[in-house]
Amino acid sequence: MIKTNPTQICPLPITDYEQIMLAHGGGGKLTQRMIEQLFFPAFNNEYLGQEHDGAVIPVREGRLAVTTDSFVVNPIIFPGGNIGDLAINGTVNDLACCGAVPMYLTASFILEEGFSMADLKRIVDTMSIAARKAGVKIVTGDTKVVEKGKGDGIYINTSGIGIVPDGIDISPMNAVPGDVVIVSGLIGQHGITVLSTRDSLGFETEIKSDTAPLNGMISDLLAAVPEVHVLRDPTRGGVSATLNEIARKAQVTIEIDEALLPVGKQVSAACDLLGLDPLCVANEGIVLVFVPESQSEKAIEVLRNNIWGRNAAVVGRVSAKGHGTVTLKTLYGGCRIVDVISGEQLPRIC
Amino acid sequence: MKQDINSPFRNPKDVEELSKAIRYITTQEWNIMEICGGQTHALAKYGIEDMLPSEIRLIHGPGCPVCVTPVSVIDNAVMLSMQPDVCLCTFGDMMRVPGTCDDLLSAKAQGGRVKMVYSPLDALRFAEENPRLQVVFFAIGFETTLPIYALTILEACRRKIKNFSILPALVSVPPAMEALLSDPENIIDGFLAAGHVCAVTGMQEYRLLSNQWQVPIAVTGFEPSDLLYGIFLCVSRLESGKIGVDNAYSRIVGFSGNMSALRDITQVFDRADQEWRGLGVLRNSGFKINEKYKQYDAVKRFQLKQKQPVPDRCEAGKILSGKIMPYECPLFCKECFPEHPLGAPMVSSEGVCSAYYRYKRNNYDKNQSYTNLSVAHNRL
Repeated sequence: MIKTNPTQICPLPITDYEQIMLAHGGGGKLTQRMIEQLFFPAFNNEYLGQEHDGAVIPVREGRLAVTTDSFVVNPIIFPGGNIGDLAINGTVNDLACCGAVPMYLTASFILEEGFSMADLKRIVDTMSIAARKAGVKIVTGDTKVVEKGKGDGIYINTSGIGIVPDGIDISPMNAVPGDVVIVSGLIGQHGITVLSTRDSLGFETEIKSDTAPLNGMISDLLAAVPEVHVLRDPTRGGVSATLNEIARKAQVTIEIDEALLPVGKQVSAACDLLGLDPLCVANEGIVLVFVPESQSEKAIEVLRNNIWGRNAAVVGRVSAKGHGTVTLKTLYGGCRIVDVISGEQLPRIC
Repeated sequence: MKQDINSPFRNPKDVEELSKAIRYITTQEWNIMEICGGQTHALAKYGIEDMLPSEIRLIHGPGCPVCVTPVSVIDNAVMLSMQPDVCLCTFGDMMRVPGTCDDLLSAKAQGGRVKMVYSPLDALRFAEENPRLQVVFFAIGFETTLPIYALTILEACRRKIKNFSILPALVSVPPAMEALLSDPENIIDGFLAAGHVCAVTGMQEYRLLSNQWQVPIAVTGFEPSDLLYGIFLCVSRLESGKIGVDNAYSRIVGFSGNMSALRDITQVFDRADQEWRGLGVLRNSGFKINEKYKQYDAVKRFQLKQKQPVPDRCEAGKILSGKIMPYECPLFCKECFPEHPLGAPMVSSEGVCSAYYRYKRNNYDKNQSYTNLSVAHNRL
């Protein structure tokens, strides 16, 4: 919708749109205006302020961690957050799981013609707040606009750079027999929140996405327990996909105990209803930690002292060298495989 | 949904007590078939078979509606989804079940209009909102899901929604049980009947079946305690020789079923012969939309033809009748995986092969390297 003044007769170019126009991605005045009025004030920092083709940032000694991630979530706004929170926290958490201190992020937006400018502002503001909370700076970015019908409102890509302090060596290859597996919070919260918000399912819950920046908690953990072997955030594919990936990389067998898994009642009930396994549901605010058993109490203590780690629990252990399998001891003493889902989890019929 | 209503039925102490009781009463070998795919998965997921005495062998029955849906109906669904102005709606389970050439997910990728919904009423609403589209709901299921289909058709009629129809593949449990029992090679000693089916139909048909074939039937739920209690009642009957029907799911199932659901079913559907994938055509084992509501039958609206089934390599028929176990199929874990299913039992969340693959495959082939699982999942 265009804001017009009926008394206005001079056909001046209109610049104040309530929706994204193709011209917002055209590189002309509208693009410039959007960058100056929306992105610069929200992401304000000295590197972005250079207004260069890229950001020139000082290099410190040490090792760099680099990651990139694209966000295409539907719906874009959900209980507990929006695509903007995910775009910042997801990349921050990936860097933190490399043992790095996240420093700088880039942000690229692919917008669909007609996307609400108010929603874009809300998302950008959320990103600004999330970046501040995580202590990172958005130093460069890009905006493209695609024709109506050729996108899904908004896609965001963020890339990030972090510094890995000396003495920190985090890798899935480091999992060894004798490690315990810790989950830092309730599992399945994000995936069930997004599913429940989709029109097609239409059931109601009070669950909120767990999206959160975990770098502060992970930094505290590494300071107190430097022997941490593996850190991973179990996002898409859930805990099961991540554990299987670690087991395969390190060629170990991982055993988890169903009785110890932190699953909220609502997630458990929603999974029962939909025929989903909470272990396969996506998370955005928890981390899997592998530490030697002797360090597990200390690790749990540090995690639980953090707002995002209050439900941290030991859920299993690396039992032996092996062929990369993950097994689960059921509540009744039985044993079953923890599998990786094949494609998308599909709700069952009955 | 403030509390998990099932939690009392997952109490490990109760489960242990029931397991001990079954061991105590079992003196000889018994083959017990759980009819329902949901039960098959629950048995595997909770590791219930590990808690049973070795004399009790569980056979996994044909109670997964996705698994028994004929290939020809899936082919028709795929074909309809590719028609201009048609939107094919269905449950998530049906999306990956292979037809002769394609499944619905592939059809969608090729430009077919396929929409996953959680209720046929959502498809009806979609039809109302999109009057220029012909919305077809691919309706599969047993008596459990029949009432909601009946209700949807009655709603469509009441709201005068004309661009909606149903492609039915609807089956009934007791005729399939009868077919299994009448097989000269039958080895089934007792049944666990599907609790949610009986919640709709009641238990009368099962009583007749039990009397006629002298087979004990326990109407059973889906939680660990439910399943073990059903097995306990079935074994008790077998050990004592007093054949009959028990209700091990009385918190949900009444003897007469759900009268209002049954009324809706009778209003809209007639009994009919029905093809079951892997088992062939079974007499009076399905439901078709009756004459009064025939305008909602996609088969008639689009003049669909049912092709002769093309034989496939999947051993579903033998597996679903208990003649072989999934791991005895030469394709299991060798050519047939959830990522590359050769038959429906490997696809559906209730399929027996999928249950064995997901939860138990290590028990049967420890040397197999499951490299297909090694597909790296992109990180978020």
